[in-house]
Amino acid sequence: MNYILEPWPWYVAGPLIALIMFLLLMVGKRFGMSSNLRTLCTICGAGSKSNFFKFDWKSQRWNLIVVLGAIIGGFLGSTYLSTTTEVAISPKTIEDLQELGFASAGTAYLPTELFDISALSNMKSVLLLAIGGLLVGFGARYAGGCTSGHAISGLSNLQLPSLIAVIGFFIGGLFMIHVIFPLIF
Amino acid sequence: MRTLVYLGIGIFFGITMFKSEAASWFRIYEMFQFQSFHMYGIIGSALVIGIVMIQLIKRFGIKSFYGEKIQILPKDKGIRNYLIGGIIFGLGWALSGACPGPMFTLIGAGYLPILIVIVFAVLGTFLYGILKDKLPH
Repeated sequence: MNYILEPWPWYVAGPLIALIMFLLLMVGKRFGMSSNLRTLCTICGAGSKSNFFKFDWKSQRWNLIVVLGAIIGGFLGSTYLSTTTEVAISPKTIEDLQELGFASAGTAYLPTELFDISALSNMKSVLLLAIGGLLVGFGARYAGGCTSGHAISGLSNLQLPSLIAVIGFFIGGLFMIHVIFPLIF
Repeated sequence: MRTLVYLGIGIFFGITMFKSEAASWFRIYEMFQFQSFHMYGIIGSALVIGIVMIQLIKRFGIKSFYGEKIQILPKDKGIRNYLIGGIIFGLGWALSGACPGPMFTLIGAGYLPILIVIVFAVLGTFLYGILKDKLPH
């Protein structure tokens, strides 16, 4: 039981993700999460603004149910399957983050500076979360997929476009952390 | 019945994202600093198994649980949209520490400010839909 309550190591989590992809293939579906963002646009009536959103969203209902499950899974994982939600990142990372002003590094699941409910009254935190979300949504659709669709599904199928997208993910991520973070934090 | 199957897979996915800490902003930061093997181990091992799995599915023409042929359509050819879109996604991934799966997991885990990320991710997708024809692909 302790094994479940402790954070799961990579060699457990990785194979489980592969199993999730396998299960989705075996029920005739594909592993890809960002397409749900498009479906949500369509449900909100975006079809009247762009043909990109004109499709029968009910054909994607299954994926929204997977999302609902992911929400429930987050609740179960944090409430019943964890004794601690501290993330044991490397000591060097903790040191670096504390220098940047993230005092919660090493003692929380997410930085309280951005994700604690009190952060909602901090204009800068709200703005950074909003910009982050905007870039994720825009970029994922522009690239035709996100981590699940490209880095896992696409690369598993040895698709060149997915390799290009994943290289892009890393160029963007490295630039954000190494160049932009020192400027904004 | 199928709805329950999708829900079950989703719950399994959500628990895995939370428990593996792939949904943690800190792990994403650490990954881009190359200070831990954790995230590379997760993605790498999923990938190695995934590659073998998809080769086997293709080689043996494995059918789904419902008896349909499993077809994996290749992505359209191109470079610019994948590279530029990928870079924009990467910037947002590192900043918000959440990709489109884990961000939903975090609602369930009770981190409500993630709703801002989600609302703006939907808006970002909407913006792409509006600008699509004007962007290089």
